[in-house]
Amino acid sequence: MALLQIAEPGLSAAPHQHRLAVGIDLGTTNSLVATVRNGISAVLNDIHGCAMLPSVVRYAPEGIQVGHAAQSVQSDDPQNTIVSVKRFMGRGLKDVGEVSNLPYRFVDAPSTGSGQAASTGSGQAASTGSGQAASTGSGQAPGMLKLRTIAGAKSPVEVSAEILKVLRERAELSLGGELVGAVITVPAYFDDAQRQATKDAAKLAGINVLRLLNEPTAAAIAYGLDNAAEGVYAVYDLGGGTFDISILKLSKGVFEVLATNGDSALGGDDFDHRIYCWVLEKAGLSALSAHDTRLLLTHARAAKEQLTEFPQTQITAILSGGELVDLTLTREAFYEMSQNLVARTLQATRRALRDAKLKVEDIKGTVMVGGSTRMPQVQLAVAELFGQAPLNNLDPDKVVALGAAIQANVLAGNRSGDDWLLLDVIPLSLGIETMGGLVEKIIPRNSTIPSARAQEFTTYKDGQTAMSIHVVQGERELVSDCRSLAKFELRGIPAMVAGSARIRVTFQVDADGLLSVSARETASGKEARIVVKPSYGLSDEEITRMLQDSTQHARDDMVARALREQQTEAGQLLEAVDNALQQDGEALLDAAAQAQIRSRMDALRAVLSGNDHQAIKRAVEALNLATTEFAQRRMDQSVKSALTGHKLSDLES
Amino acid sequence: MNMYAADFQQDFFRLFNLPSRFQIDSTALEQGYLALQAQVHPDKSAHLSEHERRMAMQWATRVNEGYQILRSPLNRARYLLSLRGVDTQEESNTAMPIDFLMQQMEWREALEETRHTKNITALEELERRLQHEVLILQQQLAADIDETHDYAAASGIVRKLKFLEKLAEEISSAFDELDS
Repeated sequence: MALLQIAEPGLSAAPHQHRLAVGIDLGTTNSLVATVRNGISAVLNDIHGCAMLPSVVRYAPEGIQVGHAAQSVQSDDPQNTIVSVKRFMGRGLKDVGEVSNLPYRFVDAPSTGSGQAASTGSGQAASTGSGQAASTGSGQAPGMLKLRTIAGAKSPVEVSAEILKVLRERAELSLGGELVGAVITVPAYFDDAQRQATKDAAKLAGINVLRLLNEPTAAAIAYGLDNAAEGVYAVYDLGGGTFDISILKLSKGVFEVLATNGDSALGGDDFDHRIYCWVLEKAGLSALSAHDTRLLLTHARAAKEQLTEFPQTQITAILSGGELVDLTLTREAFYEMSQNLVARTLQATRRALRDAKLKVEDIKGTVMVGGSTRMPQVQLAVAELFGQAPLNNLDPDKVVALGAAIQANVLAGNRSGDDWLLLDVIPLSLGIETMGGLVEKIIPRNSTIPSARAQEFTTYKDGQTAMSIHVVQGERELVSDCRSLAKFELRGIPAMVAGSARIRVTFQVDADGLLSVSARETASGKEARIVVKPSYGLSDEEITRMLQDSTQHARDDMVARALREQQTEAGQLLEAVDNALQQDGEALLDAAAQAQIRSRMDALRAVLSGNDHQAIKRAVEALNLATTEFAQRRMDQSVKSALTGHKLSDLES
Repeated sequence: MNMYAADFQQDFFRLFNLPSRFQIDSTALEQGYLALQAQVHPDKSAHLSEHERRMAMQWATRVNEGYQILRSPLNRARYLLSLRGVDTQEESNTAMPIDFLMQQMEWREALEETRHTKNITALEELERRLQHEVLILQQQLAADIDETHDYAAASGIVRKLKFLEKLAEEISSAFDELDS
């Protein structure tokens, strides 16, 4: 990775200011954490030298176990040992198809109404002075399922947070300090509910999320930098529970996602299930206990892995009732029972190519990612579709974490990142419900993020003063076929004749692929405005409460941690402002403005080493406020320089 | 409004440093886009203050919006006409030349036919014919906007292209249908 070792004098942070940041691959089957040290991205091992942490969490009477310890007893304690929890992230019970084949006690959370609706009134509408329209709203998000364990009902967010905590602790131990933040990877095809759930889990684990990064994009970063790849590549990522296909254009440090597609409920687990169902059928079994279900699933997975190397394998197990299962599974039989799973990945691949307006001939190479791409039938199918052998020259289990670490290093500010640009897209269209249960798309799939679109709607009855807004995600025309993200009501619309109100609904998708929605009535000059951030099962308050409830940290630890976090943030801000002043202070600000910023910096420094985290917070806010205009001018200057600076070199090349 | 806020409102041709025309240099557009994103993308300011991060998101959003409008010929034409104060009447004016309507009906029947017979080759042929027609209309659009400044005629072509764009979407979903 020669590219990473090039330092930009005067722009990159000095070595002693190296900020600890990691990339985390929170996988269905295994999770990993990686970081960039001395310019090289490397996976961090646990104290036993293992890189991969099985994504298994057990709620045991003696406490919580994560990883190998939990995995080794999964058949003995199947109901309290949660495997593949990623498949439940941001999902209700009805979304999980194979419930009867899973050894868990599910609790379906009803629609909780916990979507956060922050009604903001009409702050900036100083237009009429005739009083603000009352704006209220009740956010309502579909509930996420929970799993009943010995430690109570646990949401997938809480279970995932346990995995993330172990990885954070591993990283902090290994790197010898607290993390500034982490880039956490998600399947590219994760919808808003699944992304938000992942971010919530990180918050719960005490991790500052620098960015949610799509897994195939992370793989492309690692692959592209390692191989100095240029051209259009496909990344085929078949993991334990999810499938993504991304088409990317790579050129000179620019990673541009042209299209993505996939299936967030298709992965290695489904191949295991095919074998499991085959065993049930062949052995004439039905209605197994949770223990036997987990036992046979574990055998099915082992058989699948065997078939990667051998033409046939033996499945031998003794069930709890004493019955012996002893079957021979051949590769051919396995290929046949799983062929429609493979076919589904190819369909998604063709769709991504069509969306990118490309043909298979346009693809320079197909990068294989995810442990499930080791299956020979997958390799063969991909080779056949693209008419060339897929690229397997990197570790399919680690490449996502390695790529995430490289981005974390850039985002933490350890590298100038001038030779680096990552342009990703949203995987699924976002829209709202209109009359007749139809979806009006507002942001189409494969739009480059961050992205915003506004659309106007109107009332359909005379004197209508409220409007219900239902936000959905998906490609289908009917609301009932799409994922419901949030419902809220915009009230206080002035009574008018039907069709004359103008309700402007704005969707904003940020760089994490997360949505926020605002709506306002514009025709009357009055403004009723509401901002809804869909949140799935967990509000900020709930996360705070959970953090406080967690008994691992005593109250004092919590306060101490909050203080350290505040100090870290303040230190970064001081450094950033200091750099900005050195670069542009003279050019963009008059002496008085500079002095004002410097005095706020001094004020922050004065409280920084103390232990009053509220005081630090206030001083940070004051400094942020004082630098608002300066920041705007700096941004404007860089926008101008972007084109003027590049014009000459473009002509030369 | 200070000059900095005003800059945020400048039109997309100025933002990308391109002449305000229908015919643009697509390579210059792409290079301009990447140069702008290299400055404003949120990844550049992830370690900065919340205010700077929010501003970066707004700028990057605007640059993405501009790129999406300028690189699509239909969106670019619509945008250019709106900058010149021309209403393309896409909602209000539904009158279409009879030969265009006849051709639309023929194509829609052909599309239904390929759906029924699951004939991918016929669908690909239909897509090619559509793309050819779109290209011809885009050339007319260039002449009407950039040379003769006949905005009424250009608006008529925008309305036609909107029809064809819808048809292209339906062809695309027909491909998905035949593939499942």
